[in-house]
Amino acid sequence: MKRVAVPGIATVVILAIVGLLIYGVASKDSSSSSLDNAVQRGRHPAAPGADRELPALHGGGTHRLADYRGKVVVLNFWASWCTPCTDEAPLLQRTQQQLGSQGTVLGATYNDVPGDSKDFERKYHVTYPSVRDVGLKLAQDYNTHALPETFVIDRNGKVVAISRGQVSDRFLANAVQKALRS
Amino acid sequence: MRVLLAALIALTVVSPAFGKAANFADVEDEVMCVSCNVALNVAESPQADAERKYIRQLIAKGDDKEQVKRALVAVYGDNVLALPKSEGVNWVAYLVPIALVAVLAVALGFGLRRWRRREPPDGPQPPELSDADSERIDRELAVFDR
Repeated sequence: MKRVAVPGIATVVILAIVGLLIYGVASKDSSSSSLDNAVQRGRHPAAPGADRELPALHGGGTHRLADYRGKVVVLNFWASWCTPCTDEAPLLQRTQQQLGSQGTVLGATYNDVPGDSKDFERKYHVTYPSVRDVGLKLAQDYNTHALPETFVIDRNGKVVAISRGQVSDRFLANAVQKALRS
Repeated sequence: MRVLLAALIALTVVSPAFGKAANFADVEDEVMCVSCNVALNVAESPQADAERKYIRQLIAKGDDKEQVKRALVAVYGDNVLALPKSEGVNWVAYLVPIALVAVLAVALGFGLRRWRRREPPDGPQPPELSDADSERIDRELAVFDR
């Protein structure tokens, strides 16, 4: 009995660690691929993290994605230290103006010091609202690990387009039109 | 004059600017570059540079190490700390290495006990050395001691 006990326990421990490792890797990849796959197939999944309350970059309040239900939301993860974010800021600002009362661009700062984020907004004349994604909770919901990334959400809170990387004029125009139609 | 002196002493005690400000290197090796997932003191990225700039600003303001860490957590979340806080599920990070060492020690103990109690190998055993042979070997070895 004793002869079997020690190797048996060691085997169980090793199997448990390997199982946890496999689970960790599998669960990390599945959320991003399922969201991206669903959007690619035109299924328009519900926007993740819609009820997550995040502090506003300006003022003391909080914002939730769900607060914008009925409007198109262009959710953009950005940071002041991200070079492509500076390149796409004017395009996002133009989109904000074009959306008018039909929607908004909503920035989510990613690992950024609030003072630096505000300097960025001043420098690039950004007027759309941003939230501070402290601890990257919202970014994890969207499996965002690199900047910039943009998710276009329609009036019903469904994701209709994803850009993992710097957005183009064409992508934004098509995605916003699609969101406004649905 | 006494009132002025007392006020100066009080200001020295209360104001963080007069307290022990953090040492940059001391903070840098205890926090993470949150975007690259390595310790900040070995990280090379624009985000790491922004994080270092923020730490320098806090130190220039007179913050001590704990104040700097609290400010970093407020901006980046708990992940910025190289060592997780010892609360809740984070205890696992401290307990697992201890448990692993304990399991290894127990396994080593069992192994040693089994090794010491092992039976002599099967098969023919070498014959006992007779007194005569033993004396002869001693004599022949003594030649080398001269």
